[in-house]
Amino acid sequence: MNLIIEILISTFIIGAIYALGAAGLTIIFGVSGILNLAHGAIVVVASLVAWYCALQLNMGIYLGGLVGIAAAILTTYVLYFTVVIPLSRSRQLASEELPVFLFVSTLLFALILQGLLEWFFGATPVSTPAMIDGVVHIAGVTVPLNSLLIGVVAWAVIGALWLFISHTRMGKAMLAASMSPKGLAIVGYDIGRIHFLVWGLYGLLAGIAGVLLASFIGASSNVAINLTATSFTIVVLGGLGNVLGSLAAAYILGFLGTVTAFLISPSLREVPGLLLLIVVLYARPQGLFGRH
Amino acid sequence: MRSFSGMSRSLATAVVVAGGVLCSALVMPTARAAEPISIGVIAPESHVLGKSIFNAAELAADEINKAGGINGRMLELHKYNNNFSAADSSRAFQRAVQQDGVVAMMGIFTSEVALAMMPWASRLQTPLLVTGAASSEIPAGVKANPERYKYVFHSYVNSAILAQESCIVANATLTQSDKFKGFNRAVIFSEDAAWTKPVDESYLKCLPKVGIKVVDHIRFSPDTTDFTPIYSRIKKADANVIMAAVAHVGVKPVIQWKQQEVPALFTGINGQAGSSKFWAATNGATEGVITGTPGLNGAPLTDKTPAFFKAYTKRFDIGEPAYDAYTTYDAMYALKDALVRSDGGGDADKLVKALEKTDFTGVLGRVAFHGTGDDYAHEVIFNQDPTKGQSFVAFQWQDGKQVIIWPEKLAKGKIRLPAFVSQSQK
Repeated sequence: MNLIIEILISTFIIGAIYALGAAGLTIIFGVSGILNLAHGAIVVVASLVAWYCALQLNMGIYLGGLVGIAAAILTTYVLYFTVVIPLSRSRQLASEELPVFLFVSTLLFALILQGLLEWFFGATPVSTPAMIDGVVHIAGVTVPLNSLLIGVVAWAVIGALWLFISHTRMGKAMLAASMSPKGLAIVGYDIGRIHFLVWGLYGLLAGIAGVLLASFIGASSNVAINLTATSFTIVVLGGLGNVLGSLAAAYILGFLGTVTAFLISPSLREVPGLLLLIVVLYARPQGLFGRH
Repeated sequence: MRSFSGMSRSLATAVVVAGGVLCSALVMPTARAAEPISIGVIAPESHVLGKSIFNAAELAADEINKAGGINGRMLELHKYNNNFSAADSSRAFQRAVQQDGVVAMMGIFTSEVALAMMPWASRLQTPLLVTGAASSEIPAGVKANPERYKYVFHSYVNSAILAQESCIVANATLTQSDKFKGFNRAVIFSEDAAWTKPVDESYLKCLPKVGIKVVDHIRFSPDTTDFTPIYSRIKKADANVIMAAVAHVGVKPVIQWKQQEVPALFTGINGQAGSSKFWAATNGATEGVITGTPGLNGAPLTDKTPAFFKAYTKRFDIGEPAYDAYTTYDAMYALKDALVRSDGGGDADKLVKALEKTDFTGVLGRVAFHGTGDDYAHEVIFNQDPTKGQSFVAFQWQDGKQVIIWPEKLAKGKIRLPAFVSQSQK
């Protein structure tokens, strides 16, 4: 019984972080059609800057976290203005080649960013202090309060994202942009401005995920590629561009990984999710919740 | 007259040429003597234990140069960042020898990298002094094939010895102590790396001998991020001692041990915990963690240790020297002595012979290498008495400080249990 509760609690926390980490990535793909391979590096920017400000500059965990989030948004806009915009507007690229060039360019941006992070922060993992100390005992299972808080905050952010998309004019415009950008332009919306805001929203979500991650399991420059791979798996599994699909996929992946880690070996945590991804790509290439 | 004159001109020319040749012959040795001797240092630059290697080598080289170098020739350090990669290291070793002209290479923090570089030491016929990696496969390789691996020297004790010493420390501080003798149920907790295999074997043999029962044996990937399932298993096994063998990882397991309040004393070998920066890196979660290391806090193992500690901390902002700073510093002086005895190291075989005759007092104790026929071939001799070999201390993190708890004559404190560990024992 204890084991089941442990697995469920762990799944709740891991799934929440996975979901938050993948939400921005899937929104970006839904609206602009770009699969951003710099995602993990941007998440790590937030983690490391938050750690640096909180502990090295003695700004405290909350102010440090805010600076970390700001750094992720800033880095996202650097990617947007130096890679996405110039390539999207290039006349030398055929439109059918553009997604491939953007895909590769975000990967190159990630590698550059990772190198810079390693140069500045080193490769030794760092961790921000717990937002809240202590443990709570749930049905005989000891759970750090900080981990529970991280799960709750992640879900609060996802809830706020849902409210924003479904109840605000700008959110609805973003949703519409993912369905029919031309239609949206015809009714008078500035697509460029929507893209600008979507990238900002993406940076915000990646930044929050990074700050929470730094407090949960810590971060280092060399985990960027793993974070990208996990988020990429979730987004493809849930259906590219489908936010609800990504949330479901995050929990499926979180559950499979947690069960494997508890019952077989933590070293094999990633394996079942990747096997499932291969099966899904064979049987349902659009993802579990994607449309044709 | 013309012919005489012509002859005298020819003679004058010959004298000038001969004089030039003679002068250059006289000058050349002086010029050669002034040429620097190139030494390679290789480590992962971005890692705290890699930085320690570079810093210690730099400090020792500057001291040696200020004292007149090697028979008047200065040492020139060439630094190579290997990014933990065996392939990068092998390429750097080739470049170092073929382009930069290094006469010896030293450093290396990862055992897998050290093992991959050993064949290159043989192919390039260049001495390799491993100062930060602990795998017992390194001396075992030299013993198995001394002709091939004679260029390899291990300036740090191997992991089997580290494990044995950790058992001795556990015996002295736990099972022999009235207060802590209840800490006798251990889980072996090792990262999956080349250096930890001999550690696990040693733990499995020596822990029962000192009265500690091994209730579980966990090896985990160094990429592990969430230790919850592992700590859950440790709690279920009802263990109250975690005998660790970690160096690639360090921060994450310690932070999560504290956050999850795992009711077991964290002891054994924790390479990163030997760095004074570990307190900040773990936000203080390392309070109560015990580990063993060859050098610490300037613990006065010899009369040279405090001076090294002072010079290092004054010069570098990285904090106090980690274990591989001590071993690298001693290795640089071993190399310096051998270079003096081998006329600058131009002949690699002469340099190897000179290294084999190393015998001096360093910052960790006596520095001398085992012969190729010994079990730990070409490894620095280990002894709990620093006058006889490289020595070892154990410490516990207490209130942000590394407090030596063993050996007794150097101890500055006793074991203190973290609150969540002591509560669980009531």
